[in-house]
Amino acid sequence: MADQIHSTKLQDKTERNVFLMLAMLLVLLSVGGLVEIVPLFTIDETMEHNQHPEIVWQRQAGQTLASWNAGDGVRPYTALELAGRDVYKREGCYTCHSQMIRPFRDEKERYGHYSLASETMYDHPFQWGSKRTGPDLARVGGKYSDDWHRRHMTAPRSVVPESVMPNYPWLQNASVSGAHITRVMNVMRMLGVPYTQDDIANAAESVKGKTELDAVVAYLQVLGTMVKFQDKDYRQ
Amino acid sequence: METTQVEKYNFDVVRWFTIMAVVYLVVGTLVGVYVASELAWPVLNLDMAELSFGRLRPLHTNAVIFAFGGCTLMATAYYSVQRTCGVSLWSDKLAWFTFWGWNLIIVSAVITLPLGLTGGKEYAELEWPIDIAIAVVWLAYAGNFIMTVAKRKTSHIYVSNWFFMGMMVMITYLHVVNSLAIPVDMFHSYSVFSGVQDAMIQWWWGHNAVGFYLTAGFLGIMYYFVPKQANRPVFSYRLSVIHFWALMFGYVWLGAHHLQYTALPDWTGSLGAAVSLAMIIPSWGGAINGMMTLSGAWDKLRDDYILRFLIMSLAFYAMSTFEGPVMSAKTVNALSHYTDWTVGHVHSGALGWVAMVAAGALYHMTEKLWNTRMYSAKLVNLHFWLATIGAVVYITAMWVSGIMQGLMWRDYDEFGTLTYTFAESVAAMHPYYAMRAIGGMIYWLGGVVMLYNLVMTVRQAAGQRSASVATANA
Repeated sequence: MADQIHSTKLQDKTERNVFLMLAMLLVLLSVGGLVEIVPLFTIDETMEHNQHPEIVWQRQAGQTLASWNAGDGVRPYTALELAGRDVYKREGCYTCHSQMIRPFRDEKERYGHYSLASETMYDHPFQWGSKRTGPDLARVGGKYSDDWHRRHMTAPRSVVPESVMPNYPWLQNASVSGAHITRVMNVMRMLGVPYTQDDIANAAESVKGKTELDAVVAYLQVLGTMVKFQDKDYRQ
Repeated sequence: METTQVEKYNFDVVRWFTIMAVVYLVVGTLVGVYVASELAWPVLNLDMAELSFGRLRPLHTNAVIFAFGGCTLMATAYYSVQRTCGVSLWSDKLAWFTFWGWNLIIVSAVITLPLGLTGGKEYAELEWPIDIAIAVVWLAYAGNFIMTVAKRKTSHIYVSNWFFMGMMVMITYLHVVNSLAIPVDMFHSYSVFSGVQDAMIQWWWGHNAVGFYLTAGFLGIMYYFVPKQANRPVFSYRLSVIHFWALMFGYVWLGAHHLQYTALPDWTGSLGAAVSLAMIIPSWGGAINGMMTLSGAWDKLRDDYILRFLIMSLAFYAMSTFEGPVMSAKTVNALSHYTDWTVGHVHSGALGWVAMVAAGALYHMTEKLWNTRMYSAKLVNLHFWLATIGAVVYITAMWVSGIMQGLMWRDYDEFGTLTYTFAESVAAMHPYYAMRAIGGMIYWLGGVVMLYNLVMTVRQAAGQRSASVATANA
């Protein structure tokens, strides 16, 4: 009875040999990932700045991050902003807030221009989020005052009574570590983020005396402000 | 815990994994009830960093997927591979290593996640030293399993083992690639990838964790425990062959459906949507194969409460594997993305399919491993109803809130402006957040009932064994 094949010869062979089954699985399971992931690194159109170079900051030699102005184009985060991003990641803000505006009329009105891939190209890891228990933050930069942000982070319901966000009172009591953020920026540079030697050398000084609350506010205030959008179709 | 005679198979490690699986079910869903309650009543965040929603949510997901799901997968894989192959585990030492290793990993998650030591990517939050430990333990698990199959007494490999293997291979790929990061210190690291590439890799991981860990692995469980509990052969061998390979090949492509209308290129999202819709066929193939195994024996459901779990889980599986593809379509996704509907969908799969097929398997194993019947059949039935009702309450709450959110966000008034502020949509969510927390609590209570029943069963078995020893020695 065991000799009768009830499906195909190949299937029968695979069922008799665990290493053949293993090999077939190894090959079969790689295909989908390769097709969907690899082209994102090789197809130029994936990053809009390849067609529209003005999206990225054309940094001149000798320019510091401080000489950048809103609308100049995508640039790496400053030390303080990066520290703020670390807090954002640590506190799991991405579990309630997205940072990815979709190309819909209502999203344009509520949040602003749809998000471009180039805008988050320096985000290690990405924080696009998958849930909006709270609003999208991709272009929250400049929408609220620093003071509003401080009150909101410390006690959300004091400025938004309907909010279900936790209070974050500990942020104003914690200070940013210059040594740590310098190490982080070095890792970022290793990962391809274009920090200069000066950017990293000045990092510790730039966060001296700053609290984690300062850092988070700095991070939030830059979100979505880097690109100056013109009336064109950035994506197909 | 000691048996008086030497067992043909290594069931000791299975017993330990079985008990821990039920413990983690109770712990993991309790954390879930807590975070759900935080959304309904934010005061529960208690102004404490370690208890805040953002830090506890990953603890919930890791506990239910990796602690509960993982221990269930290890218990059932070790149990069923030995029985289907007619041989004992290839290496007892390696099996115990995976038991202690996996539990140590879980403990380290419980410590690090509330402390905010996270990589910031969903279901992959654990930092790099723990990631390395996971890879080592996982390879030990997979290696031991594969070598056990290699030394089997049967000529052919039984279908449940194909599914377990598919899971083991894919999870290895996914974990290694998605966790690639450069450390900055012992507990902080940064993803090697960024932006849109990181997003695609993350959701290739994220969806395949569902597709392989929670689906393929649990289909392996289904293929062993349904025919065993029902005492009937699997409905169709041919169907199992076709849907197995289709699932293995197809599932991998689905990740892109998490990124519809984002900065991910259109072509990738379309590919993900198309394959997602195609996946209804192989998924339902599995559901049909499992359910139709009961063909001619449906009356068993009247008295066999363990079987109720197994069959109900397949109903939820069929429902979820229809809902998921529907939500992958761009038009539907335009409404559902970022809403509670996604959460509802996740939990219909998790509470309805994964946890219920797991419960059925764990109950079945308990009876076999301790050579007894469950302490109380009535309590198994109570658990079944608590689980079913809890899941339905949860899912329904999220369907209503999710669709409501989606509609409120896109609603325009007669003046051509957005009708609702975001805050107004949050306020509208409250009753559903409360209802969801209650549904979750009902579900959690079912788990508590199971744990109680398990403990009493083990004690009952110990009593039976010492009684028989006493009789033998008398």
